[in-house]
Amino acid sequence: MNSEIIKPEKPWVLTPRQVAPRALLFSLAFFATIFTLNLTSFNGKLGFFFLLFAYSSAANLTYNVRKHGRKAIGESIAGSLILGGSLVVFLPVFSILFTTLQNGISGLHFTLFTESMSEASFIDPIGNGGLLHALIGTIYLIVISAVISVPMGIITALYLTEIKGPGSRFIQFVVQAMSGVPSVVAGLFIFSSVILLTPIKASSFAGALSLAILMIPTVTRTSQEVLLLVPSDLREAGLAMGATQWKTVVTIVVPAARNGLITATILGVARIAGETAPLIFTLGGADKVNLNPFKDYNSALPFYVWKGLSLGTPESLARAWSGILVLIVLVLSLFILARTFGSQKFKK
Amino acid sequence: MENPDLLEEKIMSTDPNPAASSSAKPNSLGDISATRQANRQPGNRPLGSGLEARGIHAWFGKNHVLEDVSLDFAAGTVTALIGPSGCGKSTFIRTLNRMHEFIPGAAMAGEVLLDGKDVYDPGIDVTKIRLQIGMVFQKPNPFPSMTIGENVLSGIKLAQLKVDNKDDLLEECLVRAGLWSEVKDRLGAHAGGLSGGQQQRLCIARALAVKPKVLLMDEPCSALDPGSTLRIEDTIVELAKNITIVIVTHNMQQAARVSDYTSFFLSDGGPGQMIEVGPTSQIFSRPVDQRTENYVSGRFG
Repeated sequence: MNSEIIKPEKPWVLTPRQVAPRALLFSLAFFATIFTLNLTSFNGKLGFFFLLFAYSSAANLTYNVRKHGRKAIGESIAGSLILGGSLVVFLPVFSILFTTLQNGISGLHFTLFTESMSEASFIDPIGNGGLLHALIGTIYLIVISAVISVPMGIITALYLTEIKGPGSRFIQFVVQAMSGVPSVVAGLFIFSSVILLTPIKASSFAGALSLAILMIPTVTRTSQEVLLLVPSDLREAGLAMGATQWKTVVTIVVPAARNGLITATILGVARIAGETAPLIFTLGGADKVNLNPFKDYNSALPFYVWKGLSLGTPESLARAWSGILVLIVLVLSLFILARTFGSQKFKK
Repeated sequence: MENPDLLEEKIMSTDPNPAASSSAKPNSLGDISATRQANRQPGNRPLGSGLEARGIHAWFGKNHVLEDVSLDFAAGTVTALIGPSGCGKSTFIRTLNRMHEFIPGAAMAGEVLLDGKDVYDPGIDVTKIRLQIGMVFQKPNPFPSMTIGENVLSGIKLAQLKVDNKDDLLEECLVRAGLWSEVKDRLGAHAGGLSGGQQQRLCIARALAVKPKVLLMDEPCSALDPGSTLRIEDTIVELAKNITIVIVTHNMQQAARVSDYTSFFLSDGGPGQMIEVGPTSQIFSRPVDQRTENYVSGRFG
C-alpha cells in the first residue's frame, strides 16, 4: 500500500531463517556437551566450557563447509581460534570478579565501613569489627604515592619526549630498569634508606614512598607513549605562532594528550593498589584507625586480606574475601571517577 | 650526531661571504625592485614588512639541500615559490621564520632580514620573530583540544599577548580568513568537526590573530579540493593588501592567480637552487632561463 514510502532496511543483518540452522547446531552442541559430561569423567565448569567450545566449533565448521565449500575450512578454524583466544583471556578476569563477589558478599555487613579491628579479632563472628582502618590506610597510600609519582612521571616523560635534553638515553634506561624492580626490593630499599636512616619510621608515608618507586616508571612509560602520539605538526603550529616551548607544551601538547595522561595515572594506581610485599617492611600493620599518615603503623587492604588468609578460620577467610571485594570496588570506582572527570571537557 | 663546531666550519668554508656571493648571482635584485616600484600604487602603502633572504644555504646533517638563495620579498606583495618536489622550497621558507632549526641535524648559513634586522642575530628573541612571521602548514592542523574560537585566539594565549576585545579580534580574523559566515554560530564547537578546507582557513585565521607582518604558506592547498582552494586563494589576495605573503605551491595556475612575483627553484640532484625570480606574468610568459620555461610550460626535463 505504502509502496512509495521507502523504509530503512538493514540487508546485512541475518534473517531468522539464516540464524535458525546455526542456533539449532549450537543447541545440538549444548546437548552433546551435557551428554558427554554425564557419561565421561569430564566435569566441572571448565570442562563444560571446553567441551561446549569444541563441539560448537566443530558444528560451525561442518555447517560452513556444507554451505561454502572447502575454502571455508581455514576461515572457520581461524574464527574459532580467535574466539577461543579471547575467551581464554576473558574467562580468568570474569572468574576472578565472580569468585570475589561470591565469596566476599557473605563477609559484608554494616559495621565493615564504620569500625576497625581494634576491639575485634579476625576469628570473631563476622558481625564484629570492620576494615575502616585498612580502607583509610589504602586511600592514604594511593593518594600519597600518586601525589609523588604522577607529577614526577609526567615531568620525566615530558623531558624524554619534548625536551630530549642531555642524559635522555640514560634516564630512559633507568626508567626501564626501574619498571623491572621486584616490589619487595622497593620495600627493602625504603626500609634501609629511609626507615633506618631518617626520622621517618614505618607509616603510611613510608609505605607510599616504596609504592611510588613502583608507580613512577609505569606513569612515565605510559605518559611517554601518549605524548609521542601527539602529532608533531601541532607542536610546530604552536612554535610558529611565537610561543615558547614551555607554553606550547602546556597549552597544546598536554591538553591534546590529556585523556592518555589520565589513563597513565590510572594504570599507575592499578599497579600499586594491590601491592603487599613492599608494605611488609614499610607500613607496620595496625588494627586500629590511624589518621596520621606520617606517624605510627597503619594498615592497608592487601595487608588486611593477607592477615585474614593467614589465620585460615572460616570467619577470617570471609573477612579476607570481603577485603578483596572492597579493594576491587575501590580501584574500579577510582577508574570510573578518573574517566568521567577526564572526558568531561569533551562532552559540552 | 653532527659536531656543531665542525658544521660551522663547513658552512664557513662553503660560503665565506654569503652577501658577496648573492650579489654576484645573475638574477639581480635590482630588476625586481624596479618592477615592484612600477607596480606599486602611489598612496597605497602596504602594512606588511619587507623580508630579505641573503645567500641562504641549508643542510640536513651532511646533506646540502639548499644553495645560495637570495630573495627579496617586498612589503605587501605575494611571492610564489614553485618548483618540483625536493628542490628545497619548503626548507627555504622554514629558514625564514626559524622553523628550520627544529629538525634534528639541521644547519644553515646566510642572513634573513626582517625590516633590515637579521632574524638569526644571537641577541634577538626568536619567539618575537615567529610572532611577526606567521606560518600556515601543508596539512591543516587545528588544535584538537580547543574549540573553533579557542583555536583562533590560541596565539594570544601562547605568545602571552594582551588584547582589549577578544570577540572583535575573533570576528576580524575569521572574516579575513573567509570563515566567519560558516562558523559564527558554532564557535564553541570542536575544530575537528570542520571540513578540511574550513580547518585550513581556521589555521589561517589562527595565524592572523597575532597580527603577523609576513605570512608564510607551505603548500596550503595541497590537501584541499578545488572549491576550498579557490576560497583560500581569495583569502590570500584579500590578505595581501595588509601583509607580505610567501607561498609555496605545486599548482602553477595557483601561482599565476595569486602572486605578484614568482620564483622558480630547481635541484639537479645536488642542493636546490633558485633559478629565476621575476614578476609572475614574466615568469609564465617569457622566462629568462630555459629550465624555467620548460617547467612552467609543462615540458619538464
